Amino acid sequence: MTTTSGGSGGVAAPPDQELPPAVDDEVLEEERRRWTPARIAVWAVIALLGGLGWVMVALIRGETVNAIWFVFAAVATYLIAYRFYSTYIERKLLKPDDRRATPAEHSENGQDYLPTDRRVLYGHHFAAIAGAGPLVGPVLAAQMGYLPGTIWIIVGVVLAGAVQDYLVLFFSMRRGGRSLGQMARDELGVIGGAAAVIATLAIMIILIAVLALVVVQALGESPWGVFSVAMTIPIALFMGFYLRYLRPGKVGEVSAIGVGLLLLAIIAGGWISESGLAEAFTLSRTTLAWCVVIYGVVAAVLPVWMLLAPRDYLSTFMKIGTIVLLAVAVVVVRPDIATPAFSEFATRSDGPVVPGPLFPFLFVTIACGALSGFHALISSGTTPKLIEKERQTRFIGYGGMLMESFVAIMALVAAISIDRGIYFAMNAPTALTGGTVETAAVWVNSLGLAGVDIAPQELAGTAAMVGEQSIVSRTGGAPTLALGLSQILSQFLGGAALASFWYHFAIMFEALFILTAVDAGTRVARFMLQDAVGTFVPRFRDTSWRTGAWIGTIVMVGGWGGILIMGVTDPLGGINTLFPLFGIANQLLAAIALAVCLAIIARRGTVQYLWIVLVPLVAVAVITVTASLYKIFSPVPGVGYWAQHFAYRDAIAAGRTSMGAARNPAQMEAVVRNTFIQGSLSIIFLVLTLIVLAAATVAAVRSVRSGGSPGKEDEPVPSRRYGPSGLIPTPSEKELEKQWLASAGAPSRGGGH
Amino acid sequence: MVAALGQGYRAVRWWFRGVLGADAYDRYLAHHARAGHDDRPMSERAFWRARTDHQERHPQGRCC
Repeated sequence: MTTTSGGSGGVAAPPDQELPPAVDDEVLEEERRRWTPARIAVWAVIALLGGLGWVMVALIRGETVNAIWFVFAAVATYLIAYRFYSTYIERKLLKPDDRRATPAEHSENGQDYLPTDRRVLYGHHFAAIAGAGPLVGPVLAAQMGYLPGTIWIIVGVVLAGAVQDYLVLFFSMRRGGRSLGQMARDELGVIGGAAAVIATLAIMIILIAVLALVVVQALGESPWGVFSVAMTIPIALFMGFYLRYLRPGKVGEVSAIGVGLLLLAIIAGGWISESGLAEAFTLSRTTLAWCVVIYGVVAAVLPVWMLLAPRDYLSTFMKIGTIVLLAVAVVVVRPDIATPAFSEFATRSDGPVVPGPLFPFLFVTIACGALSGFHALISSGTTPKLIEKERQTRFIGYGGMLMESFVAIMALVAAISIDRGIYFAMNAPTALTGGTVETAAVWVNSLGLAGVDIAPQELAGTAAMVGEQSIVSRTGGAPTLALGLSQILSQFLGGAALASFWYHFAIMFEALFILTAVDAGTRVARFMLQDAVGTFVPRFRDTSWRTGAWIGTIVMVGGWGGILIMGVTDPLGGINTLFPLFGIANQLLAAIALAVCLAIIARRGTVQYLWIVLVPLVAVAVITVTASLYKIFSPVPGVGYWAQHFAYRDAIAAGRTSMGAARNPAQMEAVVRNTFIQGSLSIIFLVLTLIVLAAATVAAVRSVRSGGSPGKEDEPVPSRRYGPSGLIPTPSEKELEKQWLASAGAPSRGGGH
Repeated sequence: MVAALGQGYRAVRWWFRGVLGADAYDRYLAHHARAGHDDRPMSERAFWRARTDHQERHPQGRCC
């Protein structure tokens, strides 16, 4: 990009120039509808490849299915949805107007409001929304077979996830970059707005807790993993000091050094695990959980420049790098997949990885990648303040989420490419596998899964291959993904010799994403809390007030830390009891975001095109409410929290000292306590969401009945800059861009393309 | 060929710097010049300090 705005951002007008800030809508529409033979051919090929992919994945039942068909089915569907459905939403519902200045343009401040080139912002937005979530959920859902997860990830993103991100981004942009909480207050009134804020806080606590639990599960009893992940802290501190004192602003340089050190830390972890120091780095899960809690407090109160900012650079660097690496590896290696389309657990509700029937639990297990409410916080936070032109919201919002969905498909492919017996031995809690290779093999073989016959030596051999003491009951999804990735990547680069390196590379980047989300999330939640409490105690509003900051931080870390410790010590296995709550929470947030969008759209006073938001809203409401009701009311102890709670309470009352997975009275008490907390959280989430949904419905019906009500958008400001709307400019966009570049004078720096 | 490779490298570098946020100071200078301020822009060191101070008060979430 050759521009006057320092390489990022399109072209701004000099004072006296009169070029239009937009291509006429009719011209763009005309170009879009001009079906030249070449274009017809391209789309026919895309449709054919996609159709072929779907046939191979969904209909052909051979011994194996090649991973490349997943890529074809996914990418072709994304392209078609992006080209046809997202433009339909744009044309009929949102009607962006490039003659209006975006907040980045009219409120530009050189800091957080800054027009940013669409291609850069796409990467930026993607790095903010994608993390460990799309990598973990699909792995756990693979217990039901690959097809349900594949369909949900692809169809879900097209009709729900990408729509949510696009709508929230657009509406926030039209409102000066207002946050979801502020928009909820504007649209849903006092009660609905307050419920939305409380729900958001509660949801953030559970999200951070479960993400932290994933890290702890991956690092427990793993000296290699503990060492290399622990080293990220001194590396980040070094980067922070480097940027502050040695060479301020040399972000690219220090990130490259940081990534180099990170790779060194992974290699050194291997040496540590074979040396006398291994003992010192072998930590129990409980100890690790406390370490993460302490880390959370320290990271949240340390100055941003010291830890958080450099860690964020590292995390972004790794995110883009590893995802490109993964996609290339899957396409090059094209592993054959032996997992069945539907596993034995697809029709049952006693799956060992996550319990419950396919509907609704598949749809809450895979949240990120198909539909993630958390994205609404990003789409209504950082990104809308950086958007250069209104029309670009489609590329960033809808297109950005498609990329996350693709990451989820890659994770699914990696998870299902490993042996099914190993998959279940890794992902079932110790309560089932017994924790040793012998007991795990006996248990897995007793499941009666088609084609599964695993020997203890295979489990031990796999552990040795990836440099772990054991892979039995390494729940949480991250180790399974790491194993799948290491198998794929070692076929691509390095062979078997590098299998353990790639395994720990994968563990490392997942931990890195998660720890970044943990400290950033704690900080954001602390600010939200202070803002909410500030309504009653004004002093709390002042976020630089040290005492308030400490109190806020301790409350938030106490919240997620408590749940984390509970999950780690849970006799029933923390991931399988808590992960459904994570998915439900994430999608309840999506329901809240979509409800706010519904109220906004209904202000137009017509029900036409309302279905675009109603389809995902009703789907996610049904999914999450059903899942919550299962968790609250199911009489099956494995599924319902309260059923489990009362079963254990009755057992204690009857004088029993052990039952099921709980082997002693203390564990029995723990189950009673944990299920009480989990059951109570389920009820709180459900009630808050129902309040928000009711408030949104009331607001929407009122708007439609009265024939529309004035929106809360900012007043239009005429735009004085130009940039094309999508990744590839249309001929008329290219022409206008050329005129703008010519009139704005020579480019100020030559970093562009 | 070499020219095309050089151009490709520069395009990737430009993109990656933008995504990381490494070009923030350049963009601030451009913004400063565009806005027609009379005062001198912040030095690079002062800018990055101001930037992290700003982040301190306006935390940005990272998603799951």
